[in-house]
Amino acid sequence: MTTKMFGTKVQRVEDQRLLRGQGRYVDDVGVGAFPGMLHAAVLRSPHAHARIVDIDVADVLDVEGVHAVWTHEDLADAMAEPLPLLIPHDALTHGRTQYALARDEVNYVGEAIAFVVADDRYLAEDAVERIRVTYDFLPAVVGIEAARAATHLVHDDVPGNVGARLDQHVGDAPAAVAAAPHRLELDLTIERSACTPLEGRGTVARWDPDTSRLQVWTSTQTSTGVRAAVAAKLGLDLGQVDVITPDVGGGFGVKINHPWPEELLVPLAAKALGRPVKFTEDRREHFISSAHERGQVHHVEVGFDDDGRLLGLDVEFWHDHGAYSPYGLIVPIITSTQLLGPYKPDNYRVRFESLYTNTVIVTPYRGAGRPQGCYVMERTMDAIAAHLGKDRAEVRAANFIQPDEFPYDHQMVFQDGRPLIYDSGDYPTMLEKIKALVGWDDFETVRAEAAAEGRRLGIGLACYVEGTGVGPYEGAHVHIETSGRVKVATGLTSQGQGHQTVFAQLVADVLGVPFEDVDVVTGDTRRMPYAVGTFASRAAVMSGSAIHLAATRAKEKVLRIAADALEADEDDLELVDGEVRVKGAPGSSMSLGTVAVLSNPLRYAFDEASKSATQFSVGDPGRPPVAEDDEPGLEGKDFYSPERSTFASGMHAAIVETDPVTAEVRILQYAVVHDCGHIINPMIVEGQIHGGVAQGIGGALYERMVYDASGQLLNASFMDFLMPYVTEVPDGIDIDHLETPSPLNPLGLKGAGEAGVIPSSAVFAAAIEDAEGFPVTAMPISPSELFELRRQHASQPASQGPAPEEQS
Amino acid sequence: MKPAPFAYRRPTTLEEALAVLAESPDAKVLAGGQSLVPLLSMRLAAPALLVDINRLPDLDHVTATADGVRVGALARHADVLASAEARACQPLVALALGNVAHATIRNRGTTVGSLVHADAAAEMPVVLRLLGGSVDVASASGRRTIAADDLFLGPLESSLRPDEIALEAFFPALAPGAGVGFEEVARRHGDYAMCGVAGLVRVAGGRVVEARAGYLSVSDVPTVVDLTDSLADGVTDASLAAAGEAALADLDPQEDIHAAADYRAMLVRHLTGRVLRAAHAHATDERGEPDHA
Repeated sequence: MTTKMFGTKVQRVEDQRLLRGQGRYVDDVGVGAFPGMLHAAVLRSPHAHARIVDIDVADVLDVEGVHAVWTHEDLADAMAEPLPLLIPHDALTHGRTQYALARDEVNYVGEAIAFVVADDRYLAEDAVERIRVTYDFLPAVVGIEAARAATHLVHDDVPGNVGARLDQHVGDAPAAVAAAPHRLELDLTIERSACTPLEGRGTVARWDPDTSRLQVWTSTQTSTGVRAAVAAKLGLDLGQVDVITPDVGGGFGVKINHPWPEELLVPLAAKALGRPVKFTEDRREHFISSAHERGQVHHVEVGFDDDGRLLGLDVEFWHDHGAYSPYGLIVPIITSTQLLGPYKPDNYRVRFESLYTNTVIVTPYRGAGRPQGCYVMERTMDAIAAHLGKDRAEVRAANFIQPDEFPYDHQMVFQDGRPLIYDSGDYPTMLEKIKALVGWDDFETVRAEAAAEGRRLGIGLACYVEGTGVGPYEGAHVHIETSGRVKVATGLTSQGQGHQTVFAQLVADVLGVPFEDVDVVTGDTRRMPYAVGTFASRAAVMSGSAIHLAATRAKEKVLRIAADALEADEDDLELVDGEVRVKGAPGSSMSLGTVAVLSNPLRYAFDEASKSATQFSVGDPGRPPVAEDDEPGLEGKDFYSPERSTFASGMHAAIVETDPVTAEVRILQYAVVHDCGHIINPMIVEGQIHGGVAQGIGGALYERMVYDASGQLLNASFMDFLMPYVTEVPDGIDIDHLETPSPLNPLGLKGAGEAGVIPSSAVFAAAIEDAEGFPVTAMPISPSELFELRRQHASQPASQGPAPEEQS
Repeated sequence: MKPAPFAYRRPTTLEEALAVLAESPDAKVLAGGQSLVPLLSMRLAAPALLVDINRLPDLDHVTATADGVRVGALARHADVLASAEARACQPLVALALGNVAHATIRNRGTTVGSLVHADAAAEMPVVLRLLGGSVDVASASGRRTIAADDLFLGPLESSLRPDEIALEAFFPALAPGAGVGFEEVARRHGDYAMCGVAGLVRVAGGRVVEARAGYLSVSDVPTVVDLTDSLADGVTDASLAAAGEAALADLDPQEDIHAAADYRAMLVRHLTGRVLRAAHAHATDERGEPDHA
């Protein structure tokens, strides 16, 4: 009997290859295989804001080995137009995107100005150094405060630097706050950070003049998106462009933005020069010319009753969009809606402004606006608890949506343009689990024991809800070979999540084949040209569901053909160990491979197996070999397109120790309770949580983008951008699961990819605040900053715990 | 991030190496490459010629004698750290080396290379200076010994001439009655420290007769401060605090993206006390083992 794979800790099939260094990333493409491959380098603006007066490339072509240089002047037609604004929105009244190569103005340090192609990257960089650009300097707008002040403008035609204003409200929050028995105001800040995948961006392209086809390999989270963009910009039909995503060394959101200038310029150059061309981004380029996130300032006004129950919540925030807005308003819309978490304020108003600054663009980073929203809501919950002198967990519990209230309609519009309706969840049970896991109720004893040794401990808790599996759709193709192996293709891409493993688990269960007999391909437009991409914790929900449906279609055909061949009723058949068997009739069976042979009526026999499918062997001579409503081959194809997102949830808690002298923060315990519906592979889900928590620790305690006033990024290297090492991450993370299946898809799945990173800043702010006894309102926080906060609070009258100002 | 063009030579004798350097004013010596190669890749340095000394014979030694530890120009940090003889002879060398970057970097990076790179945020320059060590250097025109006090001229600037190769560093042995300590605070494990302190305390007749501390990341050059006066009346919380204040008078903590100047000043006070206390305990501990404070 084939073991059911769903829900088991199957070892990742990817790991042997990846851990042994046999992964094949974009930079490996064509090495030793594409004769004459050329290499590109990009001249990037060294200034945050300037008009380009002149670009002199006269010296460049003198460099031996340089083949071509492009500036905006050399671009034509669609390539000369601004890059696409991928996700338009009515509120984005002043959307702006950059050109593939800057036309007459640069708006951030790192913006592409010229593209050089040479025999190797060394020569290309030598050539870049010989380009002379004359600039007319403009004042740089750096940071939210400067953007709001609007003393200077990023774009002349964007008044106040405001790209978008969006208001959403349910009920009358200002009136509810005004009438509430208790009111608080909070000002909260969260700084810029970034995905920083270990593999940066990269693109290889090859043009075949004989067939007029372009092949593009790129490190992306959306092959089909890049394909459409390249075709549109180069004036090609979709059918002339193949985009293949090889192994990707991390995405975390930055590679969903597309097309990058280089993703268009590499194919352009390959076509123009008739040679394969490669661009591999270096680390500094990734810091200054890909994308960042986080970066918001919030003002909260909240009214609540004696139990801490929210009566009205009024939030206004300012979102730093960077220099352009190619990815629309996705990040701030997610912040404004997901801020609600597991709670139900009766009256909620949220308003935001999305502001331009002369810094790198802002597009989604794992969590995508949720870490900011969670931080704001959870800081508010902690402030309410402190104000009322109540237990922080109790205040949260008083505000939960209850299990019998699902589906719960927030009466707002989510990031996908669909209603914000939570499909399922059980927040009270989850709270009990996290309290038990972290030892919430025993913590005062632990704290006292540590205090007796002169140690300072604090505990924090944060809850979140995450809309996952957004549409519009994903598809899958399942093909049972005559060997009995199963080939599966889905169009979204993989960045190391373990898709090959979980998707194979799903197919093995439906078709009753050994897991090892299933091969999964992702992100190759030649295999599945219709797809959206890997983002928003959607791969398992979307492609997982589509693969399940496609495999089910293939199974239906297997049963139909096998029933005919075995002269049995379909209902009497079972698929076990790669065979179709007649239940209760040992010996009456055939392999899936044989069914595949029979599915394809043949004129020619290639081997012993295929003899049984030739025209003199099978079929009713009175009927066509392929029935009118059928097609040859044993394949199943289907698409999954849900009406709206499914909402995963989780709660994290941490115990930290703050050094009384050096203000260093040590993580003593980190606990996670997580609900992503039914779990396909618990090991992979836990791996996603581990990685997310590590990234969250980075965002809360180490990483930030340090811009100076002139718009120079001062820490554009891994020496100064402090991504945590294994030494900064706790030895163990305590994890407990809860499974409230989604009613929206056939397997009850919810997404799991981003969850681990969402509540980190909220949890650490809470735990540090608890240890120190004063409010923490800006994250991330470094030892130097905590030291400074201590000094400020030491010079003020002692306060009992965090106590934001109460409105009169 | 590809270096600008450069010529490359890999001589097999010292004489050849020195001759090449003598005729190439814009050359850089390549040993472990852990500082130089990133500078080349980021095009922050663009020498015309790299002289790779990794094929020179007899430069990878780590030897300990009664007077001190001698470290050849090709001895890797990891080799020095692993030498039990060196650790016994002068424990401060190993104490500090454990804080130098990460294992993979210590496997390639050389201790002598780190010294002549003269980074005020690095551990080994300040250790050499605290111990009163020296570096032997050679050029086509002869050899000389540079005392640690004369080695560090400014930020990333040593007193080696462009035609010279550092051959060997000398770290004096732990004197009788002396103890050492080392501690630093970095943002992440293995990062350049926001402040680091190497301490040496010598006790005679139950009294502190010498107390000095070396500081990294809080001055332009590796700086050693004599704190004997502060501890003359004994090692107490008060005298250690006084030592920290005294040290600050000779230092210049600056703000950078990782820490404010005041925070660094606090670390100077805090680490001075901890390290001197540890060094004093080491000096008076019969087992002769320094504390990893």
